[in-house]
Amino acid sequence: MDGMHTDADDTWEVAGRRFRSRLIVGTGRYKDLEETGRAIEASGAEIVTVAVRRVNLSDPKAPMLQDYVDPKRYTYLPNTAGCHTAQEAVRTLRLAREAGGWNLVKLEVLGPPPFLYPDMPATFEAAEALLKDGFEVMVYCNDDPIAARRLEEMGCVAIMPLGAPIGSGLGIQNPVMIRAIVEQSRVPVLVDAGVGTASDATVAMELGCDAVLMNSAIAHARDPVRMARAMKAAVEAGRLAYLAGRMPKKYVADPSSPLTEGLIR
Amino acid sequence: MAGSSAGGLPAGPGFATFSAMAATIAIEVNGERREVPAPATVADLLARIGLDPRKVAVERNLEIVPRSTYATTALAAGDRLEIVHFIGGG
Repeated sequence: MDGMHTDADDTWEVAGRRFRSRLIVGTGRYKDLEETGRAIEASGAEIVTVAVRRVNLSDPKAPMLQDYVDPKRYTYLPNTAGCHTAQEAVRTLRLAREAGGWNLVKLEVLGPPPFLYPDMPATFEAAEALLKDGFEVMVYCNDDPIAARRLEEMGCVAIMPLGAPIGSGLGIQNPVMIRAIVEQSRVPVLVDAGVGTASDATVAMELGCDAVLMNSAIAHARDPVRMARAMKAAVEAGRLAYLAGRMPKKYVADPSSPLTEGLIR
Repeated sequence: MAGSSAGGLPAGPGFATFSAMAATIAIEVNGERREVPAPATVADLLARIGLDPRKVAVERNLEIVPRSTYATTALAAGDRLEIVHFIGGG
C-alpha cells in the first residue's frame, strides 16, 4: 500500500470487499457469548472468524453466536479449524456457505499439538479443492515466502502467516520472514496467530501487514473488552507508523537539541 | 425420541423402520439415531428438534440441502443428516 491517501481513505480490500478496520477478531474462548459480543464491538472489527460445528440436539434453544454477533453487521469468516484433510475442509465450508451465504473463508489445516503448526502439504491440497469449488480463500500458513508465493499463485485472496504458534501469545517471532512475505505479495498479508499484547499487533502493522487476526490475545486478557480497545488502537498506531515511515536507525547518538549554538556561557 | 405410531402399526425403536408401511423412519442426525414420523421433510425435522432454520445449515447424505428446499426435501429411511451452526472460533 502507499502513503498517498488521507487516513480516512485508508481502507483495504480482500476479494472485492472493502474494509476500514484492519483488525480481524476471533469469536472463540470468551467467558460467554455476551462478553464475546462486547469485546468484538470494542475492537471495531468488521470481520470476525467463526467455526462450524454440529448443533447440540439436546439443547436446541441454547443461545447462538448470531444472537450476540450480528451477521448483518459483521462479515463472518468461517474457518476450517479441526479439519485435517481437503475433503473435510470442503465439506465444512460448503455447509458454512449455506449457513452464511458467502464464499469468503479462512483455511487452516493444522498439524498436531503441541505446536499446531500449519500443515502446508495438506493446506495446498485443501486450498486447491476450495478454489475449485468457488471459495475465496484467506489462508493460514507458515512464514515461508516460497509457500506464500505458491498460495498466491494458486489464487488465494489473502496470505496469513503465523507470528508465533496459535494461542501462544509470544508475539511476532519472525519479523524478517513476515516482512519478506509482505514485500513479495500482491494480495493482502495478515499476521494470524501469535499476537499476545498490543505492541505485538503494532509490530505486525509496522512490518507492512494489511491487517492482523487475533483471538486469544483479547479473549484471554484479564479484561477482554479493554484489551479489544487496546488492540484497535495498536493496529491503528502501527498502520499510521508504517504509512508515516519510521526514522532510520543509527548506531550512534544524534541530538535533538543543538549542542554548540547559542549556549549560555 | 421414538415417534408415535400412526395407523395402528407398531413403530417402536428398531422395529419396522425400513418398511414402506412404517409410521416412522429411522435416520441419523449428527451421529445420533432418531425415529421420525413419516413422511417428513427437512423443515419438519428442524421444527421437531426446535431449531431456527435461518441459523443452521443441513447436509443430507453428504449433499448440502439448500435452505430454500427444506420444506420440499423429504427424508428417507437411513438418511444421514448433519445439522451445523456457527460457533465461536479463531
